Amino acid sequence: MAGLAASFGSGAMTNSIQEMEQCQVALVIGSNTTENHPVIGTVLRRAVQRGGAKIIVADPRRIGLVEDAALWVRQRPGTDLALINAMIHVILKEGLQDQAFIDERTENFEALKESVRKYASAKAEKITGIPAADIEAAARLYATAERAAIFYAMGITQHVTGTDNVKALANLAMVCGHLGKPGSGVNPLRGQNNVQGACDMGGLPGDLPGYQKVANKEVLKRFKEQWNAKKLPSAPGLTLMEIMDAAHKGSIKGLFILGENPMVSDPDTGHVEKALERLDFLVVADIFLTETAALADVVLPGACWAEKEGTFTNTERRVQRVRKAVEAPGQARADWELLNDLGQRLGLDWNYKEPKKIFKEIAEVTPAYAGISHERLDSLGSLQWPCPDKKHPGTPILHTKAFTRGKGLFHVLEHQEPVERADARYPFTLTTGRNLYHYHTRTMTGRSVGLNDLAPTCKVEINPADAARLGVNNGELVQVSSRRGKIVASACVIDRVAPGVVFLPFHYADAAANMLTIGALDPVAKIPEFKVCAVQLKKVA
Amino acid sequence: MGMPTLTIDGKLVEFTPGQTILEVAKANGINIPTLCHLKDTTPTGACRICLVEVKGARTLVASCAMPAGNGMEVKTDTETVHVSRRLNVELLLASGNHNCLTCEKNGSCKLQSLAYAYGITDIRFKGQTQQYPAETENPLIIRDFSRCILCGRCVQACNEIQVNRAIGYGYRGAKSKIVTTGDRPYQDSDCVFCGQCVEVCPVGALTEKKAVGLGRPWETAKVRTTCPYCGVGCQMDLHVKDGKVVKVTAADGQSNKERLCVKGRFGYDFIDSPERLTTPLIKGEDGRFQEASWDEALTLVAKKFKAIKKEHGADALAGLTSARATNEENYLFQKLFRAGVGTNNVDHCARL
Repeated sequence: MAGLAASFGSGAMTNSIQEMEQCQVALVIGSNTTENHPVIGTVLRRAVQRGGAKIIVADPRRIGLVEDAALWVRQRPGTDLALINAMIHVILKEGLQDQAFIDERTENFEALKESVRKYASAKAEKITGIPAADIEAAARLYATAERAAIFYAMGITQHVTGTDNVKALANLAMVCGHLGKPGSGVNPLRGQNNVQGACDMGGLPGDLPGYQKVANKEVLKRFKEQWNAKKLPSAPGLTLMEIMDAAHKGSIKGLFILGENPMVSDPDTGHVEKALERLDFLVVADIFLTETAALADVVLPGACWAEKEGTFTNTERRVQRVRKAVEAPGQARADWELLNDLGQRLGLDWNYKEPKKIFKEIAEVTPAYAGISHERLDSLGSLQWPCPDKKHPGTPILHTKAFTRGKGLFHVLEHQEPVERADARYPFTLTTGRNLYHYHTRTMTGRSVGLNDLAPTCKVEINPADAARLGVNNGELVQVSSRRGKIVASACVIDRVAPGVVFLPFHYADAAANMLTIGALDPVAKIPEFKVCAVQLKKVA
Repeated sequence: MGMPTLTIDGKLVEFTPGQTILEVAKANGINIPTLCHLKDTTPTGACRICLVEVKGARTLVASCAMPAGNGMEVKTDTETVHVSRRLNVELLLASGNHNCLTCEKNGSCKLQSLAYAYGITDIRFKGQTQQYPAETENPLIIRDFSRCILCGRCVQACNEIQVNRAIGYGYRGAKSKIVTTGDRPYQDSDCVFCGQCVEVCPVGALTEKKAVGLGRPWETAKVRTTCPYCGVGCQMDLHVKDGKVVKVTAADGQSNKERLCVKGRFGYDFIDSPERLTTPLIKGEDGRFQEASWDEALTLVAKKFKAIKKEHGADALAGLTSARATNEENYLFQKLFRAGVGTNNVDHCARL
């Protein structure tokens, strides 16, 4: 999100889901859409089937969408930036850019132009492993379409160059003027139901609700008044990975984890476990006794989504209602209720009686949500932010006339190799992700009949050539180890991965892929490099 | 040039070129019953229920498939139309096992509604005996071919709504069957268990296995909500009976347009898992959890937080909020840490 915010001034999906049925070209990079966002996958497939759209897939794996693609390029994991720069190089060399858009709506173009000279397609072929002709074809296809959209997910961001990768995609879209109109844009697909909302609400160390900066004195003054707070901290706090490191070093003593399971979801599980154990006090609120909750000093039983009222904000900035259908079991309570009670015990004058009232306060302090209320959502179904007043219909497409920051900013970006590369001792490149039947750390899907039956165990995808060399047959157990840990998984011998590359889903705590992954972080967004590390494989005798 | 017009049941109406007769009728408040018609897919005209009279046409025409034409004269409510529709319903009823007693679709079955509307009390035709056994092997979807009327809605849903391309028509004539590639069971096919076929099946041929016997449509209340899994934000209805979610179906949300995936549709029974946490827990000296009251647990949390803050400062505390929780909860969480604890050490797993 940091990348898009730097380029455009807003870090959210620029366009909307259903309009994508009308796009002519979709560049899908680092998103296994049909498994991780299946309903968006159907929209893209319908765009091909009904509208004759052409999809370009850029992915190290032969993902499901490759079947529907006009062109599939298989980059070596961790080389997305070189691919994107090379595409821009082709576009500029062949004069396919939208010069009017560049002149009127952007800045720093000359610097970009100069910087991509180094990325001739022949050179990019050496870095990415993609034939130069395919890079050129992808560039031409994307640039010459009238309506072309980019979709990306964690395959782009979970790298040490994650923020730069996103900025590179923003560069590409701006060069071609594919922004601010239907069926176009730069569209990050968010992986969790309310990750957009958690960001919008200020669940970030430097941002109050609505991305208003804690470091901005005026913002802080206003929040002090609105919250009736004596003082508010002005120094940006620590990010998740920094919090874990600080806990490890002992400078963070107490931690409250609300409904997350870093013991399975975070990189380098061994490091996380030590960090959590070194805390003086850990409190976890969750619906199950997760691997993380088991380490807590106090565990608070939460209500699940079907047991409470509220709202989620989806990947296209659409705010929608969550409604209570059943009672929570036993003494379990909704998080907002327990937070209210804890707030009172910490000396706050809180008395929140219902989510509707909390939302009213959100709308008062968050300009993009100002026109949204439970009542409007109940009558309209949904509203997309920004929605600045009570009459506003919401905003399906961002940056239609100007960018949120005024002019779109081109960034000069350089390819950088992943932190850990395959070598003689760890000769395989491991990349991680999700599968269709499970979600994150499987606390919910692992307890749902059917889903677990359809994907009960962790499978490591290995290319047939590698499997033959290792003497591993489909279904046999393989030990996968990295410099940080080892796990055992059954082999899925399949050409979905290239030779030298293996894939693991991170869902399974009993074969946790994140025992292996590396804690190396993107320097800006602090996102871990889940998508690339070096491993060795050994058949389990 | 003005919009083209046609006459429907004596009323002169405008239409947009490309609209079918069925769509024009619907836009003008005229109800034509359908079985096989599925919105946003190519019409198949398979079931012959939506027949109407068009002046000058040799036979009755399927209104779902026939494009409206300028100057057309359409009649939807004539003796001929009703006799034909009734006959087609009777033939469908004779085509298989349409005993409603224990059918899961009883009360929401389109064939049952048509039989009711046409007052069909007995079946004049002797049908064939069903030749395909029901498929019950997979954990999520029951395929009861004896109830299938071959309307093809599931095929359209699979190929054009979800574009999973897992099923189509197989065999010929009286042996026709909806099949996967190679007529394999769902779990050994390209099926990804999105369940869209179940969603659109107008009869009891495709049903949710986990919902069998848990409630009739009129016994359940539907609660509209947002899916708790990925970031697409699909709208769904939770079907609730006696305080339990017994089934999930898709709703017409702006982002999902009546679609769900396997997780949204079938990933709900964790709600009633016996492993749910039902009481606050405090870890004792021995490292074991003891059950506690809310007051004990929250008082302890507040006490510890205050003590850490006093000894090490507010920045020795941190909170990870949740991309799973609601906006309201995330808002309160960060407000609690900023205004209550006094630190900006608040983050969540957006980066994971």
